[in-house]
Amino acid sequence: MPGSVNGDDHSGRGAHASRADVDPHGIQALCACHENRPDALLEILHAVQQRVGYVPPEALATIAAALNLSRAEVHGVVSYYHDFHTAPQGRHVVKLCRAEACQAVGAQALYDHICASEGIGTGGTTTDGALTVEAAYCLGNCALGPAALVDGRLVARLTRERIDAIAAGARADAPQAAE
Amino acid sequence: MSDPVIVTVPKDAAARSVGADEVASAIAAQAQARAIDIVVKRTGTRGLLFLEPLVEVETEAGRVAYGPVSAEDVPTLFGSGFPNATGHPLHLGPVEEIPYFARQERVTFGRCGVIDPTSVADYRAHGGFRGLQAALARPAADVIEDVVASGLRGRGGAGFPTGIKWHTVAGIEATQKYVCCNADEGDSGTFADRILMEGDPFLLIEGMTIAGLAVGADTGFVYIRSEYPDAVAAMRTAIKACEADGTLGDDILGSGRRFRLAVRVGAGSYVCGEESAMLDSLEGKRGIVRAKPPIPAIAGLFGQPTVVNNVLSFAAVPSILADGPDRYEAFGTGRSRGTMPFQLAGNIARGGLVELPFGITLKELVEDFGGGTLSGRPVRAVQVGGPLGAYVPAWRMDLPMDYEAFAEAGFMLGHGGLVVFDESVDMAEQARFAFEFCAIESCGKCTPCRIGAVRGRETVEKILAGEDVAANVAIVEDLCTLMTDASMCAMGGLTPMPVMSALTHFPEDFDRAAAAQAAAE
Repeated sequence: MPGSVNGDDHSGRGAHASRADVDPHGIQALCACHENRPDALLEILHAVQQRVGYVPPEALATIAAALNLSRAEVHGVVSYYHDFHTAPQGRHVVKLCRAEACQAVGAQALYDHICASEGIGTGGTTTDGALTVEAAYCLGNCALGPAALVDGRLVARLTRERIDAIAAGARADAPQAAE
Repeated sequence: MSDPVIVTVPKDAAARSVGADEVASAIAAQAQARAIDIVVKRTGTRGLLFLEPLVEVETEAGRVAYGPVSAEDVPTLFGSGFPNATGHPLHLGPVEEIPYFARQERVTFGRCGVIDPTSVADYRAHGGFRGLQAALARPAADVIEDVVASGLRGRGGAGFPTGIKWHTVAGIEATQKYVCCNADEGDSGTFADRILMEGDPFLLIEGMTIAGLAVGADTGFVYIRSEYPDAVAAMRTAIKACEADGTLGDDILGSGRRFRLAVRVGAGSYVCGEESAMLDSLEGKRGIVRAKPPIPAIAGLFGQPTVVNNVLSFAAVPSILADGPDRYEAFGTGRSRGTMPFQLAGNIARGGLVELPFGITLKELVEDFGGGTLSGRPVRAVQVGGPLGAYVPAWRMDLPMDYEAFAEAGFMLGHGGLVVFDESVDMAEQARFAFEFCAIESCGKCTPCRIGAVRGRETVEKILAGEDVAANVAIVEDLCTLMTDASMCAMGGLTPMPVMSALTHFPEDFDRAAAAQAAAE
């Protein structure tokens, strides 16, 4: 992943040089890693999200200026794709598959159960910020459902007991451990 | 000193999801503790997912399988003499003699689960790049002619002849052309693209490179969905390995011809599996469906002529070039030529990947291979072809799996995914979900899909509540006709397929007023 942060590199975009002051996440440098190409917008947003955890609203102007796009165009892309979030998620994220193959082995009941027991709605985060539960529509593990991505790791054959244990594990993980 | 024993453990995402990493570590630890000379090699999956983690031991008589192995089983395996634990209950014998595997015809997936997907040398040792070498030795027009002659049709779902598409792109004068692989395998019940990219990524690279040479494109993109992080990593690793090996780059295998390949990652949008929406997404935009014409073959990525094919279409090409189109064409039935990787999913006892020539019946797949439902209850419906495919009722499972037979029956083969449901399924709820999914994933460009999906969901919800059922069923039917006829792409155009198949074949599930009355009496 692009990791070299060079705060002095404004790539000839002097008109926006002052934005470096309000670019605490090094987003200009991230854009520069992708040669400020507008077709790399999704890659850049993935990289921002990986670094920051979400796409901060103030990043839109920085990205738009670097890629020579309008803020509306960048906002359009961020808001279109389910993957991009404009606010922090929980410290742990469970993406539970709700598609047909997992439905056939009880995924909907599992989804309703975890949302009810954690007191959250779709895409919601628990009040202590420990856990976000999102719906996914197919994780490609359709022969071994119900499936979920737990912090990016694919799990199979989920049961109520196992998903309760995952939620309990997320709650037990102290907030400072995330940093 | 004798050579170490090679033990393979898949690192396919599905295998890892049931503990393959832990099994690999446990085997290495046990081997060390017992001073047994074992090398653990990580491969893709054979596709026998119900047996994962499937551990194989290389022997003089071929690979011997054990499965499904858990980390807790590993000490007992070694206790029984592993790597030669023939008496252990998990011992399955030679992997190629397991009936589920032995009855398959592995053409595209022959190397999956066999080779190390990070090693170009291993790929080459197993017959890799023979197709590319054949393509480099011949005029581009002959390469396309072979693909046409093989009868290969696009494996993404639509079934358009691959060679004809290439012919169109090759025939256009342009300074820049592109080859794009649609690896946005979003259909529930399908995982063949993922298994191939994780288990034999070089085959896809070889197929795309041949396409580039054939049509005169020097740049390619693989668009992979973000839900497949392991496939993204496997493809990126394989591309780097090919660049280092000289099979990708400015001088392919010393031929002086160039082809470069990059991976792009989607962002959770199902409709980006539609080829024109995928192209917009590759351009860094919202994945909105484009109006056709022009077709992508004429004006595709950045407005340039572009080949867009599915993973499995590209992956079928190397063997066509290496072994001749006749061999490939000899498989199959009618106008459905070659082999198809069917994917057994959902409520099924033995889920996995079954590569066979077209023409096997749905019943044979579900019962003989799949072993019926996981729950043990009778099969009620099988959704074939993803979320936009029909719910085939159990009594129609005698249908042969080929494009034409399915189309004639009003169904769709699609990408070959089979999602099995037992008798507990509520088909009216499945119809509601089909509309809900369309409402969530619609790109919003055309009205029939954007509005139709929402109105459809609302109307089915009224039916579910037993409200004015006959009138609301008529509205759903009318709406489905409109969406089929007037939507811009398959998202809105095919959402009626699961809905109408549920309504046609399972009308009793929609008669909620009668059901409520019967319950009250």
